[in-house]
Amino acid sequence: MYNNEDNNGERKPLVVVSELKKYYPVKGLNIGKNTPVIHAVDGVNLEIYEGETLGIVGESGCGKSTIGRQIVALEKPTSGRVIYQGETLSDMPFGCLRKIRTHIQMVFQDSTSSLNPRKQVYDILAAPMLYHGIVEKEGLNAEVNRLLDLVGLPKSMKYRYPHEFSGGQRQRIGIAKALSVKPRLIVCDEPVSALDVSVQAQILNLLKQLQDELKLTYVFISHGLGAVRYVSSRIAIMYLGRIVEIADTQELFDDPIHPYTQALFDASPLPVPKLRGRQRIVLKGDIPSSVNIPSGCRFHTRCPYAIESCRINDPELISVEGSKGHKAACPVLMAQRSE
Amino acid sequence: MKQNSEGLEYNNSTVKMVIGRFRKHKLAVASLYFLCFMTVLAILAPIISPYDPNKVSTSFSAPPSLAHWLGTDQIGRDMFSRLLYATRISLFVGFATTVISTVIGVVLGLIAGYFGGIVDIIIMRITDTIMSFPYILLVLVAAAIFGPGLWNIILILGFVDWPGAARLVRGNVLSLRETNFVKGNIVAGMPNRYILFSEILPNTIGPILVYATSVFAITILDEAALGFLGMGVQPPTASLGNILNGAESITILTSKFWLWVPAGVIIILLVLSINFVGDALRDAIDPSAKE
Repeated sequence: MYNNEDNNGERKPLVVVSELKKYYPVKGLNIGKNTPVIHAVDGVNLEIYEGETLGIVGESGCGKSTIGRQIVALEKPTSGRVIYQGETLSDMPFGCLRKIRTHIQMVFQDSTSSLNPRKQVYDILAAPMLYHGIVEKEGLNAEVNRLLDLVGLPKSMKYRYPHEFSGGQRQRIGIAKALSVKPRLIVCDEPVSALDVSVQAQILNLLKQLQDELKLTYVFISHGLGAVRYVSSRIAIMYLGRIVEIADTQELFDDPIHPYTQALFDASPLPVPKLRGRQRIVLKGDIPSSVNIPSGCRFHTRCPYAIESCRINDPELISVEGSKGHKAACPVLMAQRSE
Repeated sequence: MKQNSEGLEYNNSTVKMVIGRFRKHKLAVASLYFLCFMTVLAILAPIISPYDPNKVSTSFSAPPSLAHWLGTDQIGRDMFSRLLYATRISLFVGFATTVISTVIGVVLGLIAGYFGGIVDIIIMRITDTIMSFPYILLVLVAAAIFGPGLWNIILILGFVDWPGAARLVRGNVLSLRETNFVKGNIVAGMPNRYILFSEILPNTIGPILVYATSVFAITILDEAALGFLGMGVQPPTASLGNILNGAESITILTSKFWLWVPAGVIIILLVLSINFVGDALRDAIDPSAKE
């Protein structure tokens, strides 16, 4: 069904996330009652288009990393589907999934644990290529050199162990490993959060440059607005397992609609002192527990614009009038706009 | 061919690094030399022993002399020759048992930890069951049922010693399974056997080796205990355990030291040096260990 859209002249999504839900049971003894569950992802719809970078932003615990793990099929969704080129990943037989998997790779936050400490860089990069038959044995050395060159490391480093590298270098190796199986989509799960600021910029530039060279698609998960804004062409804002607003980067920053998006933007420090006196939305209280999700709009407990109906009606993502692909889940503010 | 030489080069450097770090532990190096020395003695026992270990001479319980360096036992066999053969048997029991129990333990631990679920529950309950029996009683009962003898002792000890290794490996696998590099390999579509044996196993080799050396040491002690109780390797074959069996008698214990002190000293030195080597190995094999 997703192929039909192509014929209508619309952009064809590479990955479609459809009504995705992932609940985790809360560990511990729960005698005589139903096991409480954490609603990590609670009904998310997303399209990821070829060649774009989709940023996913949200507080800790809002489910953004969980979406990432579902897209790379590390976990099975509780319900809903991740569809890659028309095929549902969670329904695929094991053998097929293994082949398809090379198309969707992941770059992890913690570069220390993402590389096997017992293996030299050469082995780390070569093993998947050999197994999937991407290069012949004779070409292996050249291919490893090429990968290291791509991520800006000297090829002389290939016989070193991961602990001999700095955090930024390890993250480069992590990227090279993801690239080794020639993926089309890379899920970057907070790839720069653990690095210091100067190195962050290098890695972000590397990701952008690789995207241009290799025609990659990224899902860029982060809690840092600056990094996401820098690399993303489209941004989705998540709150408590739901997407509350999604739009092209420029549009989102120019015209944020959802009060949570506004609060997020207001909370990030501004480099321009003049603007510091502006009126800001400051959120009170903590993010509610993802075990007991608030009724109605899940943001109403912290929302300055909340009205009575927000407690009852669970808002859906609605397209913003006169915009292309800008959706927000706040009927109150959207009604105000159209007045 | 260029490919080959490069591959060789980095393999060599890894080995060199491990050896280099091992050498920093002087005690372990000395222990290793001692173990090698004892192993060579044990292997060459038939050549270097001055007498047939089972041949009875005319002097009973004779104290050490020029003819019999370590004296003779109660029925007049040369103690030095018997000790050489006993070390041979004890080292063999220790080695074979360690190999059997480690292989069983590692394979079951890997499977239980990696696949989890019902497989894990079944394997771990079997492990708990074996561990909940009083160890020495279990071995004694088994030895009584199957009859004491060299191979029976090896198999019995081997099948009783694996739960520790299985638990150790399972615990390691459980934490390694959650690391990003294992997840990364799953995402890269690598097969389970690669992830288990090439990614996870090398990261548990250190603890496995250390554990195996302790099993080796413990097995030598167990064989000695069994021999002392008369349920070990059966006479006339000499083992360190059944030589100690002679020390059950109070007269021997107090006045005929040459019948039990040498065997006891060999056991102590073997066990100590094996443990030293094990500790040094653990440090040497970890590439991220501090210099």
